[in-house]
Formats: sequence, C-alpha cells, structure tokens
Amino acid sequence: MDLDLLLNVLFATIRTGTPLLLIALGELVCEKSGVLNLGQEGMVLMGAVSGFIATVLTGSLLLGVIAGMMAGMLMSFLFGVLAITLVSNQVATGLALTIFGTGLSAFLGASYVGVGIEGITAWNLPFLSEIPLLGQVLFSQDPLVYLSWSIFALVYICFRSTRVGLTVRAVGENPEAANALGMSVFTVRYLAVLFGGAMAGLAGAYLSLAYTPLWSEGMSAGRGWIALALVVFASWKVQRVMLGAYLFGAASIMHLVLQGMGFEISPNILAMLPYVATILVLVVIASDAGRARLSAPLALGQPYRPQW
Amino acid sequence: MSFLMPLRIEKRASDSQVMAVLSPLMAMILTLVTGAAVFASLGHAPGEALYTFFILPLSDVYGWTELGVKVAPLLLCAMGLMVCFKAKIWNIGAEGQFIIGALGGGYLALELAAFESAWALPLVLFFGASCGLAWAALAAFLKTRFAANEILTTIMLNYIALNLLLFAVHGPLKDPDGYSFPESALFSDFTMLPLISEDYRLNISVFFALAAVAIIWTLMARTFIGFQISVLGEDASAARFAGFKEKRLVWFSLLVCGALAGLAGVSEVSGPIGQLNPYVSPGYGYTAIIVVFLGRMHPLGMVGASMLLALTYMGGEMVQMDLSLPKSITGLFQGMLLFYLLACDFLIGYRFVARGHLTGASDGS
Amino acid sequence: MNRIELHNITKRYPGCIANQSVDLVVAAGEIHALLGENGAGKSTLMKIIYGVVKPDAGHILWDGQAIAIKGASHARDLGIGMVFQHFSLFETLTVAENISLSLPPKTDANMEALKARILSVSERYGMRLDPDRQVHSLSVGEQQRVEIVRCLLQDVKLLILDEPTSVLTPQEVTVLFRTLAQLAAEGCSILFISHKLDEVRALCDTATILRNGKVSGDCDPKVTATSDIARLMVGDETPLNENYVKAEPLDSRVSRLMVKQLSARALDAFSCPLRDVSFDVKSGEILGIAGVAGNGQEELLNLISGEQTSAASSVLFDEVQVGRLGPAERRQLGLGFVPEERLGRGAVPNMSLQDNTLLTAYQSGLLSAGGWVQTNRVVSYARSIIERFNVKTAGVSAPAKSLSGGNLQKFILGREILQNPTILVCSHPTWGVDIGAAILIRHALIALRDQGAAVLVVSEDIDELYAISDRIGAICDGRLSPIDSVSKVSIGQLGQWMAGDFNGPELSGVTAASQQNNERELSV
Repeated sequence: MDLDLLLNVLFATIRTGTPLLLIALGELVCEKSGVLNLGQEGMVLMGAVSGFIATVLTGSLLLGVIAGMMAGMLMSFLFGVLAITLVSNQVATGLALTIFGTGLSAFLGASYVGVGIEGITAWNLPFLSEIPLLGQVLFSQDPLVYLSWSIFALVYICFRSTRVGLTVRAVGENPEAANALGMSVFTVRYLAVLFGGAMAGLAGAYLSLAYTPLWSEGMSAGRGWIALALVVFASWKVQRVMLGAYLFGAASIMHLVLQGMGFEISPNILAMLPYVATILVLVVIASDAGRARLSAPLALGQPYRPQW
Repeated sequence: MSFLMPLRIEKRASDSQVMAVLSPLMAMILTLVTGAAVFASLGHAPGEALYTFFILPLSDVYGWTELGVKVAPLLLCAMGLMVCFKAKIWNIGAEGQFIIGALGGGYLALELAAFESAWALPLVLFFGASCGLAWAALAAFLKTRFAANEILTTIMLNYIALNLLLFAVHGPLKDPDGYSFPESALFSDFTMLPLISEDYRLNISVFFALAAVAIIWTLMARTFIGFQISVLGEDASAARFAGFKEKRLVWFSLLVCGALAGLAGVSEVSGPIGQLNPYVSPGYGYTAIIVVFLGRMHPLGMVGASMLLALTYMGGEMVQMDLSLPKSITGLFQGMLLFYLLACDFLIGYRFVARGHLTGASDGS
Repeated sequence: MNRIELHNITKRYPGCIANQSVDLVVAAGEIHALLGENGAGKSTLMKIIYGVVKPDAGHILWDGQAIAIKGASHARDLGIGMVFQHFSLFETLTVAENISLSLPPKTDANMEALKARILSVSERYGMRLDPDRQVHSLSVGEQQRVEIVRCLLQDVKLLILDEPTSVLTPQEVTVLFRTLAQLAAEGCSILFISHKLDEVRALCDTATILRNGKVSGDCDPKVTATSDIARLMVGDETPLNENYVKAEPLDSRVSRLMVKQLSARALDAFSCPLRDVSFDVKSGEILGIAGVAGNGQEELLNLISGEQTSAASSVLFDEVQVGRLGPAERRQLGLGFVPEERLGRGAVPNMSLQDNTLLTAYQSGLLSAGGWVQTNRVVSYARSIIERFNVKTAGVSAPAKSLSGGNLQKFILGREILQNPTILVCSHPTWGVDIGAAILIRHALIALRDQGAAVLVVSEDIDELYAISDRIGAICDGRLSPIDSVSKVSIGQLGQWMAGDFNGPELSGVTAASQQNNERELSV
C-alpha cells in the first residue's frame, strides 16, 4: 500500500468514525446513569433530516447543526418522559423511538430527497495542519470532527475527576441509594438522556451536512445500533469508545482499501463488513463476561421511581 | 370536585387488569387525535384525511382481501416474536429472518422453475421456513455460546440479510432477460401459493397465519415448554432454580420465530410478489414487534393488532394516492401507536389520585 | 432537651397503613430502641425521619422546633445520619468516593484531605477503614463502618441504625456497641432499630415498641421483663414458647448429603470463592451453618442445588455423585430447596400460586406424556399446600407477590416438603417472617427431620440455628469451620468460627474481629 492511500484511508477512517464516536459518547453517558436508550438510530435519523432541512431553508450550516442537535434532544426527551417518568420498559421504548424516528424522518424528508447542498468543508487548523503526514490526517478535517474531540475530552475529564461524573455513576449503579443521599435520580437521568439525544442529533447532522451532504431515507444505515455495540465493546470506558469508533470507521471503509489494491467485490458484500465486524466484536467481548459485570452500570435498564 | 385538586401519582396495590385491556384502546384514540392534528397541520381536513387513511381502504371486498394479504406475514412474524418476547429474548430479527426466508425460498423456486410437480410448492415453503430458522439459529448460537446481546446481533443480522438479498438480485439471481432491473425472473405457477379467489391477491398464507395463532396459543397456554418459556421471561433466576434448561429454551424460542418469519417471507415472494426484488419486506418484521406489544402478547389481541397495523400500510398507500402525502406516514402512525401504548401502560401499575385523598385500606399488616 | 419528637405520625400505602398516630421522643445523648416485628412499621418511620418518605399526617419537632424534613439532604444538614439495613453504598466506587458523595458539594474539593479525615475519624471510633478500597471488596461489617463513618463526618446529632447487628459476628457487635456508647457519651442521640431483645437490653436506655404500625408501649429495657416486651411486640395471640425438640443421637445414621473437598473459583468480583469445603448431613438431623452474609453461603448453596456444577465427586446424595447434574436431576434424586430470595427465585412474583406450584413440583405427576400440563392436578396440589401449611391467600390464582413474606415462605416450604425430599436445603428460613409463621416453619423442618430427611439450614440468625439444629458450624471467607453438636459449641466459639478463626482458643471479641480483617486483606 502506498503512502498516499494510507493517508487517505486514515483520513477517511476519522471521518467515518466521527458519527460513531459522537453517538457512542452520548449513549455512554446515558448508560452510565443507568438508562439504556436503544433509540439511537431514530434520534440520528431525526438529527440528520432536521439538520438538512434547516440548512436548506436557512442556508446556514451552523443552524443546521443546531437544528440537528435540538431534534435529537427532543426525541430523547420523549424517551425520557416514557422511560424515566412513566417507568416504561426501556428496551421497548428505545425500539419505539427508533421505529418512530425512522418513520417521522422519512415523512419529513420525503420532499428533500435529491436536494443538494454545499456541505461542511474541511477546516485546516493553522500550523497544526502543516505538520507532515499527521497534519494531513488529523488537522485538515472539518470543524465537527474537532468538536467531537472536544466533547470526548469533556466527557473523559468529567468521569475521571469530577463530582458530576461521580454523581452520574452513582445514579447508574444504585438509584435507591443515590436518592437516599439526596441526589435527584430523575434530574441526573434526564440530563444524561438529553445529552445522549444531543450527541445522536449532532451525529445525524454530521452525516447529512458533512459526511454525505444530502438526505436519503434511513441514511444512518445502522450506525446507531453499531454505536450501542461500541459502548459494550468499550466496557463503558470513555477512551476505549474512541478507539472502537475509529476501528469501526476503518472497517467500514475497507472497500476503499480493497478497491485501491485492485480487488473486485460486490458493493453489497462489502456493505456487510461493519455489521459482521459488530457481531465479531460482541463475540469477543463475551469471552470476558466477568469484567463486563464490573464495568457495566449495575442498574442499567432498570426503571426507578421513588416510593412516596 | 376532585378534578379541581392537583393530582398525585400513586402505585397501585396490584396491576390493573382493566387498564391492561384499555391501554391499547387509549393508545389508538390518542394516535387518531394526533394523526388528525398532523393532517390538519399539513392543510388537509382531518376528518376526511383520517377517513382516507383508516376507512376508505376497507370500503370494498378488495380492500378486505388486501388486508388479509398484509395480515398474514405480520401475524406469522408476530406469533414467533411473541414466543421470544415471552421469554424476554429481545429478538428484533424477524425482519432478517423474513428476508432470508424469502431469499432462500425464492432461490429454490427459481431453481425449480422447470419442476412441474405439486411437490414444488411445499418444497419451496419448507426450504424458505428452514432458511429463516437457520438465520435465527445464528442468533441463538451467538447468545447461548457467547452470551452476545441478541438485540444487537439480530439487528446486525437484519442488515446483513438485506445486503445478501441486494447482492442476490443485483447479481446471481438477477433475471437475465430483465432489462437490468434488480429483480429475479417470475416464479413458475407450480411454486406459487394458491389464491383463495381468482379475483383477488389473497392466498392461502392467511391460513398459515391462523394455524400459527392456534398452535402458538396452545403451546404457551397448555404445554410445559410454554410454561418454562414464560417463567424464563418473568424471572430467569426462578427458571434456573427450578432446573429449566435456559439455553434449550433460547434455542427453541428463536427457532420457532425464525421458522415462522421465514415462512412469512417465502409466502410473500411465492404469493403477492411472485419474484425476488429488493423490496420483499416493507418492514413487516419490525411492524410485527408493535403487533406483539399492542396485542398484549395475547393471540386474540395480536390478531386484532395485526389487522390495525396492516391497515396502516394500506392507509399510507391510500393517502399517497388521494392526498399525495408521502407513504412513509405509515411509519409515523406505527411509531406513535407504540409510543402512546407504552405511555398508557403506566396506568396499569400506577394511578392518579387527588392530593390529600387517602386510599389506604384499614388493616395494617 | 429532646433531640427529636414525633407526634401523631401517620403514613398509608395502598392496601396498608405503615404508621398510625405514632409518637416517639428521643432525648439528646440517649440511646433509644425502636422494637418491633418485621412489618411493624419501623423502617417506614425511619425513612420519615430521614426525609425520604413523607408522612400523610403528624408533625415533627427537631431540637424543640417544628420542622418539615424535605428530603435526605435536608435531614443530613440538620445532623441526622442514617445507616440503612440494605446499605446505600455504591459498590464500584471507593470508600472515599462514596463518602464524598454524601457531603455538601463544596467540601470534597480536596480528595486527599477527605481521605485523611476519614482515617482520623475511623481510628477515633475504633472502626479502621482504607479510603482507597472499592466498596465491593469490603466485608459486610466493613461496609457498615463506611456507612457509619459517612454519618460521623458531618457532625451527626441523631444517628439512626436499621437492624445494624444482623450482618455482624457477635464480636463485631461488641465493637459496634462500644462505638455507639462512645458517641452517645459525646452527646449524639442514637435510634437503634432491632427485633432482638437481648441486644436492646445490653445497649439502650429506653425503648419504644411498635406493632402493626402503632406504638404498643414504651419501656426501660434494662428493667422490664423480656416476656413483657415480647408480648408488646407480638400481641396476645401468638405463642411465645417455641420448645423445639432435638433429634435423638444415633451414630449409625447414614449420610444423605455429602460434600467432599468442594472448591470453586469466584465467578466475578462480587462473589466469594469456596475453599475445600467438606461436611455431611445425616438422615434425621438438622445441620446449621452460621455465617455473615457474603462469605460463600450463596456459592455453596448453588453448588448443592445444581444451579452451579462442580466435580462429580464433590457432592453426593445418598452415595450418588451429583456434582455434574443440574437442578432438575438433583430434585429427581430427592432434593428439596428453599432459597433465600423468595420472590425472584423461590417463586415468580407475577405468577399465580398454581403456576408457582408447577415451578418445582413438575416431577410429581403434574405433567402428562408429551409435556402437557395437567391443570386439575396442579390446582389440587396447590390447594393441599395452602391447606396443610396454613397459607393465608385469596386462592390458587393469587399472584405470589400478593402474599406476605411469612405466607409466601410457608407456601414455598410446603411445596418442597410435599415432594417428600430426602434432603432439604433451606436458606434463611425465617428471615423477614412474622413470629407465628416462623414457629410453624421451624416445626415443619423438625417434622421433616423426624421422618428421616437430612436438613441443611444456612442462616445469619444464630438464635434460630441454636434452637433447631442438631449440629452446627460456621462459614467464613469460603471456608467451613469444624462442625459439632450444638450442645458442645458455645456462642463465643461460634462467633470465632464466623470470624474465620477455626483453631485457636476462645479469644476476646476485638482480636477475633481484627483477625478477620487481616485475612480478608490477604485474600483480596
């Protein structure tokens, strides 16, 4: 493999991994607080369609990004009302959110299929982008990639050494005890869920405004689900989420490499790679079930409603 | 007077059986109300639009037979899913099992194009169901051998199944005389399901669905394996304590679902579609999940729910034709229905009481 | 001056009244006992004082001022500390992180300073703690210390302890009582919730007794006769004289259940490995195994029930090697099993008693060939359990979760006994059960023993083990103590065994307890 191809692949790996990183970071925070939101796919699609429509209507990419995040948060708020306030089954509610988001996004975006926009373009960071090789891969990306790194750093620091991180973990591990200590389980969980929604919406906006600047039905192609697997793969550790996101990014663009090396394989077969990789990852993690039990939030998926 | 006072939420001493039945009905009403608002906001008279969506499709015999065409696959998938959900095995893979059933059965139907025998159809159906079963077996293997989360594996298998289908109709199974459309050749009459009446598309797969209802109902209500599945879902540690073989039950539930979804898939291509194309499923495998929840996991409830959800497909097509709204409004209605149902289910375990009103019984034990 | 006064406190839940017009007064520096049976309303009253449950009626005075306690943080600001029966700790966080979460947000700015404070306070009250340990690696007794130290760090004026001794060895209880006395001498009021009379007598200045949610009396436990207090707790109808008969010694009895050199690795960080456990239970005897929770009881019981498997020769039923068999096969060989968790293992909460009968009795002719459920037979089986074991319920179709703890335990025990087990394993048979049901359950176990079954009882309740066992031993840190006839094992000896000292002469309480700590630290 020549150097140019390698650099291109690494560059594309980061681009492809970015939406996964965003969704997985959001879901990680959400799961740390004890809420399992399987509705990522629906929130991503809503983020994508809302961001795209907002940009088409206003001509502003920034407003598009904001609209995408808002849409994701609105969806996650719906989830919160059901799963946190009304203590519904989190698995069923997450599925409902995905079904609803898939339907609503297709409905809203129906007249925007085939519309073209000028997408978010790369933003070469001064000085840094001139570093040989590294600059080309890391610092000639678009602004949302840099944003994803800032959010990563924020989440990492939060769980490493702040009381906020400690509180989220406490609520996700033992909501009864957290309540008894005077923490508001509701507030913490709602905020975590809303953060997850914002991240999924941002990832959606990234897809429809930067990655492939267009809207098509179901364009997230299962990324929301893959990100869920990533969180498990990362054993709920922030730094491993990033590693996993980029590994998956690499797996998803294998066809670039294969084409570059002159292989002829059906695109439909290549499109299966990320899904097969996800299954393999689930198999690999399972070999270490004991560790998973220590790292998974103990109250994950359990509704909590204090008895008055 | 109490409605003037602020309400507070109280946990019921025991779950309300009445609300368990009322909740789906309330969800339907709320969906209708929201649907009316959606139509109004799009500039259509709500009453007329709802009529177009929910009533017009069933205004003639043809409409009812078309409903049957859609109920059959939904109900087959839903009965299989119900067995899994009863065991709290979150199999989201009916869609993939459906597609693989269609693909496998379709492949055999194409191979048997020249086999003019009454055995051709049973062979195709059997092979399709077996392919669905095999696809579900993958999920069962991953869950029992590696404890891999079945929600994620089955979703991934759905995407893989869809890509396999796309690969097949773009490549090996593409009709050589088909003007480069991604479609297979049409199946021979010997591999097509008999129609109930020559005038309509309704075929005997609707009887498969009704048979599935009867068999699964008996299985769950009368047999020890059905009992074990229910216990596993209600309380896995009680199932272990009682000595039930958890892995065997996981295999059984998933295989039943895979076979039924596979049968639904092959019946679809050997029925209304008559060939393989990229659109063999309009999401029946996912919609069947809503059928299970809306039908309260009860066979009769699920029959009713499958009719309602089949109607949302027809309504979507109807408003597309009559009001030129996107067909995807179907997904919107389906999602809303499930959302409202989950919200209304809160009232099964909780109730609103006026603040200050005490409801405790008199004995203190 | 009175630290806290409760007047006319009433709290209703759907279907029951937890507290009805309860009055309670605790003076400054007083150790006040709150006595009552399970379900008498003690825990609800505590939660009301701690602000996590709001009363429907009544008022509270704190240091003479009327006050509405708005929530747990408000209670803590006032100086109320609470040690829960089921600890409110976060297992995957460290001791210091756990404690920092309960302090006002500003004070944890410096984790190192907090660790130093934790060390000094825990030393001062004789409850050494390592602030950097993760809570799940601590023994139950140490976890309780974390809870207490957490309260002490915030100038506590009223310390509430909910059944604190149920998880401690007798020696650890001694240490705890010394700490509490020291605190009271410094002016802290202590509200001590218990149902054990002798402890209350040893520690408390005054006692308030609750029955069925109402105050049935106040007394000075040091002077009032035990039988009078007991009467206030249980009411007039319940017999107090329990009078259990021991098995006649017969050396030639056969071993029904044998466990031989059974070892098992810990499955995860939360469980305890078993190390070389050997014992036998003979036909016609009850063997009692004491021990503090989390010392391997659960693992041992799972290995006997077949929910976990071991080497074939490690577990034998009537000389048959069963170590590799699953629960269903072991039941077929005559095992009955009453687990600690009644709802969510022994019975499926949302299923009817009829279905819960089928749960384990399916090998008793309730199925026909081909796997069809014989509903009529299941119903009559369920009815006979309800009749013979006096289970109070609406009928065979009532869900298991609608039964009280005692009635559900009678149902589960009855279901197992009606299958005529030759070996019955019973975990915490009367935990959380009212006295009437407890007596019935103990007599049923003795009757089964007298029919020739081998009965194994694992419990944290030492008094109960002494009352019904013929031989007794203890489990600590996955190892089993020697086993001897109850008449030859003193409480002090058993306490040493529970603390892990299986060889030496009887030691004083402090040494035994600290020795246990040393062992734990070595093993982690």
